[in-house]
Parts: sequence; C-alpha cells; structure tokens
Amino acid sequence: MKKDIYDVIVVGGGHAGIEASSACASMGLKTLLVSMNIDNIGQMSCNPAVGGLGKSQLVKEVDALGGLMGELTDRNCIQYRKLNSSKGPAVQASRVQVDMRRYQKSAQHTLENTKNLDIKQDIVERIIVKGKKACGIKTRIRGEIKAKMVVLTPGTFLHGLLHIGLKHFPGGRLGDASSDKLSDNLTEFGFKIGRFKTGTTPRLDGRTINFNILKPQYPDKEFVPFSSNTTGLKLEQVPCYIAHTTPKTHRIIRDNLDRSPLFSGVITGTGVRYCPSIEDKIVKFPERESHHVFLEPEGLDTNLYYPNGISTSLPYDVQIDMVHSIKGLEDARIVKPGYGIEHDYVDPTQLKVTLETKLIENLFLAGQINGTTGYEEAAAQGFMAGINAALKVKERKPFILNRAQAYIGVLIDDLITKGTKEPYRMFTSRAEYRLILREDNADLRLRKFGYELGLVRKNDYRKFKAREKAIADEMNRLKKVKLKPTRRINKKLGSWKTSLIKEAVSLEYLLKRPEISYDHLRLLDKEAKKVTNEISYQVEINVKYQGYIKRQEKEIERFKRTERIKIPSNLDFSEVPSLSKEIKEKLNRLKPFNLGQASRISGVTPAAISILMVYIKKNYRTRRTNRK
Amino acid sequence: MYREDTIAAISTPIGIGAIGVIRLSGGKAIKIADQIFRSKSKRRMSKVPSHTVHIGYITTEEKRSSSKKKDDVIDEVLLTVMRAPNSYTGEDVVEISCHGSMVSLNNILSLILKKGAKAAPPGEFTKRAFLNGRLDLVQAEAVCDIISAKTATSLHIAVNQLNGQLSSRINNIRDKLINILTHIEASLDYPEEDIPSLRKDKVIKEINRISCLVEELLDTSLSGMIFREGLSVAIVGKANVGKSTLLNTLLQDDKAIVTSIAGTTRDIIEEWINIEGVPVKIMDTAGFKGARDEIEDLGIQRSKKAIGNADLILFVIDLSVPLNKDDEDIAEIIAGKRYIVVGNKNDLKGVVKKSNIDKLFPLSPGRYSLVKISALKRRGIKQLQHSIRRLFTGKDRVHTESVLVTNLRHKDALRRAGETLVAAKKSCENNDFYEFVVLELRMSLNSLGEITGEVSNEDILNDIFSKFCVGK
Repeated sequence: MKKDIYDVIVVGGGHAGIEASSACASMGLKTLLVSMNIDNIGQMSCNPAVGGLGKSQLVKEVDALGGLMGELTDRNCIQYRKLNSSKGPAVQASRVQVDMRRYQKSAQHTLENTKNLDIKQDIVERIIVKGKKACGIKTRIRGEIKAKMVVLTPGTFLHGLLHIGLKHFPGGRLGDASSDKLSDNLTEFGFKIGRFKTGTTPRLDGRTINFNILKPQYPDKEFVPFSSNTTGLKLEQVPCYIAHTTPKTHRIIRDNLDRSPLFSGVITGTGVRYCPSIEDKIVKFPERESHHVFLEPEGLDTNLYYPNGISTSLPYDVQIDMVHSIKGLEDARIVKPGYGIEHDYVDPTQLKVTLETKLIENLFLAGQINGTTGYEEAAAQGFMAGINAALKVKERKPFILNRAQAYIGVLIDDLITKGTKEPYRMFTSRAEYRLILREDNADLRLRKFGYELGLVRKNDYRKFKAREKAIADEMNRLKKVKLKPTRRINKKLGSWKTSLIKEAVSLEYLLKRPEISYDHLRLLDKEAKKVTNEISYQVEINVKYQGYIKRQEKEIERFKRTERIKIPSNLDFSEVPSLSKEIKEKLNRLKPFNLGQASRISGVTPAAISILMVYIKKNYRTRRTNRK
Repeated sequence: MYREDTIAAISTPIGIGAIGVIRLSGGKAIKIADQIFRSKSKRRMSKVPSHTVHIGYITTEEKRSSSKKKDDVIDEVLLTVMRAPNSYTGEDVVEISCHGSMVSLNNILSLILKKGAKAAPPGEFTKRAFLNGRLDLVQAEAVCDIISAKTATSLHIAVNQLNGQLSSRINNIRDKLINILTHIEASLDYPEEDIPSLRKDKVIKEINRISCLVEELLDTSLSGMIFREGLSVAIVGKANVGKSTLLNTLLQDDKAIVTSIAGTTRDIIEEWINIEGVPVKIMDTAGFKGARDEIEDLGIQRSKKAIGNADLILFVIDLSVPLNKDDEDIAEIIAGKRYIVVGNKNDLKGVVKKSNIDKLFPLSPGRYSLVKISALKRRGIKQLQHSIRRLFTGKDRVHTESVLVTNLRHKDALRRAGETLVAAKKSCENNDFYEFVVLELRMSLNSLGEITGEVSNEDILNDIFSKFCVGK
C-alpha cells in the first residue's frame, strides 16, 4: 500500500467523527482524521451533559457495540442521575453531567493512542470524486489525500452563520471558522441541501451566582455506568442548581423581540422545537409565568456554568438584563454570550441505510450534517458510518440494525425514510418496540455484533457471555425452585401484604406479583442472596413484564416479515404495473432497500406494498420464499 | 412458505342465490373451524382428512357438551376442509357453505373474525395463492391489477358511501386518543419539565369516553346497519296507490295480498331483496286514509313507526288520480327523512303534474327525486332501483364482494380498537406503568388508522410540542 493512501478519511472531530475514526481504526483500517483545529476535537459545543430519554439508549448501544462515548462519559462524570426511576424500565434513562474539558482531553488522548489512526489539522475544501465515486479529499495545506472511503462529519460548520442579536458573522461555532467550500462542493455534486437553526445559552461565571437561594439537584446515590468496562466513578460529584425565569425576564424578552434575529426574519432556518430558545418559549406559551433554568457546572476546574433553558440569540445587552432578572443570577456575569447558529444540512433521504450517499459511492455522511441534533445522535451515526465504510473497504456485508434491534436502527431508518423537517432528536416514543429496546439490555441485544465486527475485545466478550449465562441460569432457577406453604414463608408473605400460598409455588410465580420484588425473594431464598443486582435487575424485568415483552416480540415477528423482503437496488419502480404515479415517483426517489422500509414511506399504501411484493417475487425469484 | 395471518371473507355475491360461501385461509383456519363448528358426526376438523365435506352447525357456544341448546346455533352448514399445500391459496383452507341470507353470512363471518381471523383485504386470497406458488407466474400481473382495481373500488366506497361521515367520526376519536397519548408520552420523555401529572382515574375516565364513541360508531355506522339489518326501506303512500304491487314487482314474488280494495295491507310486510348489490330490507306499510276502523288505525300507527325506523322512504303517489289530503299528511310525516317520490300508474292517463307534487313539499320544491313507474307493467323499475342504490353508495356500480369486505374490515378494525381500549383501561386499573398503557392505546390508534390510513407517531410528537413547553 502506498503511504499516502488511506482506507478511510474521516472529516471532522466531533462526536460523530470520533466514533467513525475510532471504529475504522479498531477494525484494522488505515484511517485519517482531519480536523480544522485538533485542540477542539471532542468539544461539547452545547450543554455539558450526555444521556437522557432516548439518548442514553443510544449511548449504551454504541458502547455495547464497542464504541467510545459510554466510556468517555463515565470517566468524566461529575453527576449521575437516573431519570424516570419511578417509572417502568423502558423509559428509565441515565443522564450524566460531564466535565467538558476533561471529556475533550479523554477523547483526544484516546484517539491519539489508537493504532492505525492518523490525526491531521487541515481544512478540507473538496471531496475528490471520479466517476461518481469518492476517492479522497483536497485540503488547503496538504492538497490531495487519497482514500478508499470518505466519512463526512462536519457538524454545524457547513456555511455556519452565528447570530447575536441582529449582528451575524460566519463561524462553525463561537471561536471557530465555518466551512463553506465543502458545502458548495456538496451542492455541486447535486445534493439537496437545507438549512437548520439551533442555538446555545450564555455561559455564566459561577463566582457571581448566588447559589444560597437556589435549589440544588444532587446526584443519585447509585451510579450505573454506561460502559461495562467502567469500574466506578473517577471524579468528585457535584450538584446542579435550579433557577426560574420571572415575569420580568419575560417582559424584557417581549420588549426586545424586534431585535431578535428569530422574530425579525433574519434567521430563516428551521429551529428545534424540543430545544427551543427562550424567546420561542415566551412567544409560543405566553400563559406560562416561569420556566426552569438548570445551572449545570461545566467542570471541576472551571467556574463556568451552563444555564440550561435560556438558549438565545438576543443582543448581548438584552442577554445581560435577561440573566439578571432571574432570581439568584442578579449579579451573574456573562463570560460567553449565547448565540444562534444556522447551518446547512443534507436531506438525509439521500442516504442509504449504511449512511453512504446514493449520489456518490464511497462517501458517507454522519451527525448534524444529516439534520440531527445532539451528541448522542451524532455519535451513533458516526459509529455506524465508520463501521460500514470499513466493511466496504473489506468487501464485507454491511452492518444494519433495524427498528426492532436498536434505537440506532430507529434513528437511521427515520432519517433515511422520512427525512426530517426540523433538527431530529431521539425520544423513546419514536421507538415502537421500546419495551424491548431498553438501556439496561443494550449489551444483551448488541454485544455479539460488536464482537463479530472486531470492535469488542475477546476478554470483554467473555465477560459479557458470563453475564448472559448468569441471567439465563437465574431465570431457569426461579422456575424450578419451589417454596412450600410453611408457616415461616406465609408469615413473611403476610407481612408484605401479599396473598398467602396454599401449595408449593415457584419463585418465578411469586416474583410475578406486582407487590413482590427480587429483594423479597432474597429474604425467602438463600441462593437469591448471592445474585448480583445487575443480574437480578434483568431477571426481574423479564419475569415481571413477560406478558408485554412476549407481545412486543410477536409484533416484531410481524414487522420482520416485510423487512426480510429485499428490494433489488436496480429495480425501476416506474416499471411496476398498477402503482400510482405518485407512489412510483416517491419510491424511485427514496429507493427503499426492503419492503418494510417502503411501507414506512408516507403515502405508500398497503395495496402498493402487496403489488410490490408480487412484482418482486415474479421478477426476482429468491430461494428463501420457496423454502417451506 | 409465505406465512401470514389467517384471513376470512364471504366469497359469494351478497343477497343472490340460495347458498353463500365463506372462505378461511391460513394457519389457524382449521383451529377456528373447530371452535365454531359442531359436526353431526361429532368429529373434530383437526382430525379429518383433507378434501372432505362435513355437515353440522355453526354455533356461538364452544362447549360441545351443551349441544342440545338450539339458541346458539347460527346456521346449518356444509364445511369443507382442504389442507396445505393442496388448496387454492396453498395454505390450510376451510370453506363454509351456508344459507345465502345476509344475516346468516354476516353473523358467521363476524364470529370467525372474533375467533382471531382477519377480514381479508381485496385480492388477498389470490395474492397468497400466487406467493405460495399456486398460480401461474403469467398471472402475476393480473393479480396486481386485481389488487389495485379492488382497492380503488373499496376506497371509493369508503369515501362515497359513508359520505365522509365515518372518517370524520374516526378522526374525532383518533384526536382524543392522540390527546391522551400526547400527555402520557410527554410525561415519559420529559421527566424534568413541569408537565402536569396525569392521574390514572382521569385517564380511565377519558378512555371510557373514547370507548363509548367507538361502541356508538360500531352500533350506528351505516355499514354496521346494512350488514346487521340491511338497508331498510319503507314503502308508504295513501291507500290503493299500488304499494304492494311495487313491493311484489321488486320481489318478483307474490307475498303481499294484492287486491283493488283499498286498505288490504294491514300489517307491515318485510322482505329482503338485493338491489344492485346492496342488501335491502323492504317494508310495505298500510295505506294512509282517514281512519275508519280500529284495525286500520293500528296499521297506520305501525306505518308511522316503520317510517321512523327506515333509512329511506319510497313515497308512492298515484299519477292517475288527483293528490289529496292523505298525500299531504304523508308528505308532512316524511319530511326530514330521506325519500324518493315514486309516481305510480304511469301507464294510465296522468292527471298529477310536477307542480302538484311541488306543493306537497313547500319547504323544498323541486329538490326531491321523482321516479315515474308502472308497478303493474314493470316500467321504470330499473331506474327506481338505481336511484335507491345511488342514494347510499354513490354513482358507480358497486362490486358486491368489495362492498362487504370493505365495510367488514372497518368494523373489524373498530372492534379491535374497542378491545384494546378495554385492555388499556384494565392496565390503568392494575396500576401498570404508563408505557404499558401506551402500548394498548397505540394499538387502538393503529386499528383506527387502518380505516383512515393515517400514521400516528408523528401526530403524537407534533402534539407534544404544540401543547407543552418542553426542552431546555
């Protein structure tokens, strides 16, 4: 191999780029990561937290498959909380406040010590394309660098435009230049480009915040790491604080809406509804008298606080007044102003399920360029794009996760099938099989794939197999071990206000009762005492929610039927008889890769799916369907 | 082998012929047969050889021990068992030949659907036959055409026949369901926002309200009524205008007593007929005439009741004699109902003019439909039948099979929506976690979506953002 030819070049060192480059290098490929500013690799441009509903599942899944985000988060955790702990297991989610600077250092340290990975600081100006195939990049300093695959993860940098009040200037993030040539280049290739808007809050000097009158929010007592490789907390744990906006805050904002780029028409990109700016909230919900503001520490060695909830692009002087109108922040000093940012994104329906573009072969896109928001969403895409770029170099079958296997599957399927009209973020309600796709069982769902891909080390996999076996063994044991209706047992049951037993019953039978937990079993059965919490948690969920889990498994079986029927990539939908013109056009544009994906395209009717099924069967007879 | 749910449909045209055939296909076909069929030989269908025919009863009672009771028997039938792969679809197939009346066919099909079969979408049997290699490949394209053609027809019916009423009511129910789901999902996905917490008793109350709406719709939807009771049509008119002759002409059968003495028909006579594919229950009523005796008066009371219950009134007038007070009385009674004015005795010399008829309906002159016929000479009958059908099913000729299937699918989907609502309520009452309640509510929403063809997940997300101020 020539020395200047890489297998994969990853452009951009954000959360998508980190996972993409690390995955490729770990799979043994000669990989190059190019970043405009290597000191900023792994920066958290928005709030200093990882996880939350829907997002924690993504992080756990990336970790189960051998990605980095879980470990990086655990190592730099300064506050752990489990959200929804009083609700059911499917909607519980870990949320971690991290030390932002340490996180960045950890990420950089990990990448710098990754075998097969080169890191270069440079500005990428073009993708080199020959015959509709990407074969390298052209940078400002080094010129052409060749590669078999290119993964683009430029985040918000494409034609990034920052807004503070009516002032606006180009930039990828406050303090960083935007990347305009690359964006123009994508337009030249014929990609459909859209424009999104997002924003961030002013950063405050912690010494000027009156914490005495604010309500602290402390970490949970129990820490449940994202990564199975994590042994425990490494850093000191600190609280967040909750403040509230006041009627005065709202008045200040209302009085200055004419100087807001959002409401004076300067910003045209579509904003994030679920991460709205404070001016958005005030305008859309005028009846609300107060909004939460979470003061999140940016780290242990810094006084900076991130006031989550007042993302804004109002002018600097208004930001000052607004902050001062909040109780506890009367004297707070703004260190960095809040700002809005508009950026280009590529309509993600132009991607294949591997995140390779349909227009240019060997070019993969991941992260905010695909219209998403959030570190976790970016990491998940970067990871999958990296894996699939690597598999393509190795001429192996692509790695695809479907909606029934992972939130990652839901994320990618939503993006490539439906596209997105606003920055896309994950929610548990997007996953139709969320009872199965829990954060607690991500390893049980996905670890084996990570191992097969070569991303999970043998030793770690062995550890996982032991856990898997322990769970299965304990499930079996609970079925087999019977309790006799002795006076001792019934006395205990009576004290727990559950009905007494008249004949011998299994432990499983008892655990099914809503009022009986595994901890109760520990008081009835000696062996149960030896079972660790990690194992008993799984066992308890499996036993208690068996009925619901079985039901979802049945639904998944139905889902898989259409998912299994592949649509040949060369199929011309206009040749299919009896389909309406509108449906033909839609299908030709989106080129679904299986019948299930086709059925999720809006406007494609069940009848059209039947017709397609028959047509595919007729013209592309496969072995599978004839098998009994 | 291509595997799917077990499906069922009536395979013969409605209302025509002495027998009707219901076909079941799929893995559970024979199991369902055993649940609803009591063979006279006491054999279980799961035990009989393939391609055999059995006589017995379709019954709602599963326990065979109580076979003495007659109440639960729906029909005496012949049942044919054909096992995979040697059947039309290549799956296990059961065919039930029963009496051809709509009521019987419909009851049996409903029972089968309750036992877990799904109402077959248009072209489904043929599609399965093809996918399981039972059809020649050359026929594939034809299959596509059948599927699309039939779907087009049934869609057309769904839209026109129900005049948009069904979908607007279903959308109303969907909106209410989406509303609860929005609240629940928002509280699940945004634990740190101040979303007003939902009390379980409030959720239960709301689910009950929605359940009632679904039940109401099941009871009153036109499709439900047509299939349960048929479209009911009352023939009214003053004495001796030829109502019974019209009925007989429609029936082509002598059931009512026809004489030229006014007021011969004193009871209401009901008959089932098939008008261009729509099953119709047609009622002949006593003629209106200033009451002379008590029996006649009783008859008139009954006629008024029949008018109240009818979906459509055929108001028969005699074109050969001048209109009188009786006609005016009737016109007043039927105002507000759906009606067709039938000008009979077209074969005689006419004395009634359009303007005379207009005077009967001072509130809507000229806005009624008038069909001139001669019941005796059978003139204008086709046109009348056409007008009757048009009032309920739109312009185009309706393919009989798809009318039934489409509507039964709606009913089936509504029934499933109702069942999952009950399950959601139970889940609430058990104090289950909300995500389990959501599971049921979403299934309910999906069932309703099968009728209106709408996706729901985006709706819920959109609603969350418009109703709650969420996100930091």
